[in-house]
Amino acid sequence: MTAGGRRSVVVTPCGDGGPILVRGADVIEDADGTAHVVTRPVVALCTCEKSQRLPWCDGTHKAVERGRRRREGAA
Amino acid sequence: MHLPRERGPLSSAVLTALSGDGPLDAVALVERVTALSDETDVLVDDDFHLTLWTMYELHYRGFDGVDDDWEWDPELLRLRHAMEERLLAEYRFATSEWVHASMEATGDVPTRLFALTEMVPGAPLSSYMQREASREEFVEYMQHKSIYHLKESDPQSFVLARLSGRPKVALAELQYDEYGAGRPEQLHQALFAKGLDVCGLSSEYGAYIDLAPGSTLAVTNVMNLFVLRRSLAAAAMGHLGAFEATSSEPCRKVAGGCRRLGLPDLVASYFDEHIEADAVHEQLAFRDICGGMVAERPELLGDVFFGAAAYLFSEALAGGAMLDAWREGRSSLRSGTGDPGTASFETAVAS
Ligand code: FES
Ligand SMILES: [Fe+2]
Ligand SMILES: [Fe+2]
Repeated sequence: MTAGGRRSVVVTPCGDGGPILVRGADVIEDADGTAHVVTRPVVALCTCEKSQRLPWCDGTHKAVERGRRRREGAA
Repeated sequence: MHLPRERGPLSSAVLTALSGDGPLDAVALVERVTALSDETDVLVDDDFHLTLWTMYELHYRGFDGVDDDWEWDPELLRLRHAMEERLLAEYRFATSEWVHASMEATGDVPTRLFALTEMVPGAPLSSYMQREASREEFVEYMQHKSIYHLKESDPQSFVLARLSGRPKVALAELQYDEYGAGRPEQLHQALFAKGLDVCGLSSEYGAYIDLAPGSTLAVTNVMNLFVLRRSLAAAAMGHLGAFEATSSEPCRKVAGGCRRLGLPDLVASYFDEHIEADAVHEQLAFRDICGGMVAERPELLGDVFFGAAAYLFSEALAGGAMLDAWREGRSSLRSGTGDPGTASFETAVAS
């Protein structure tokens, strides 16, 4: 991807309990050492650990955040 | 594709002209649009939306036997402009409360956009698909969705040339994923087409146009209004973001519905792909595209919110109309007796 030949991996946290965006990776290895092949130009890695499609984010963090806000509001 | 069937005076006039069966009197038609009574619900009106839909389709693939250069016919564009202004006014009015609340809210642009997606009340369509829909209703759902998904992401490609810097790069990344990321079999349009095929439906482009009610056509009309007008590029991107940000969770539910109904795996595959893909796309759209556009030009903030709210509102109307029909025990589609779409559906059920 870069003029130097090897493309660089770029990691961008989204914040707010959301995922980390990764560009330029070929494989993501999870905590168990399982390799997940990257097939998209950008992937979103789950950080809330509630995704049903780990290691990928499936948007569940939004429901997690909603629940947190509700509890905070109620408290 | 074939020209659709007329649904009233506006569509009849436009379809007659496109077929070469008569001249287009744009002045008279514009007057008709201006004089539309308050009783005409422009948000969902069948004749209004089929007319707009037909004019927009000239920018995509056109119609069998219709001269492609109708696309830039000044008389047709004059009519379209009048209709768009009317629709825009209705949408600005309908969404003003949410746009206003978002303008007043604190936080960065993506945070406020995500909050907006929770502010606009939606129709519980995906929950219904997950838990209650019958097989017939699911098949109807696919027919409604075919209106957009057989040209999924094509509208937003019109906007790419109007962006620069980070928003442009992010939209290109998003579109590359929508277009299969180098694998033709993963083209999202093709995934949806396969889903239609295995349901026994037609995946031919535009096959169900005559069955789609105004509320369903309005979803793509609003999208086209935004993507084709450079002055509304920010609204187009807010619209895209709201689409992506309300997709992962509903797609998980709809995929669950496919499995509950025992539909072929290829139907669920389309929705499965979107659980993951759209969890990425929502971030690209709200952070890099919308956030980036507003960082460069802060005056675009209101347009971004308007586009997002407009999408959510259009889907709520379309989904609400489907649910209303099913709760009343009717079909959510227009009756299309003798229509090729209906015929293929019947064959599918019989086989
Ligand atoms: S970060 Fe999105 S599901 Fe966990
Ligand atoms: Fe897609
Ligand atoms: Fe997407």
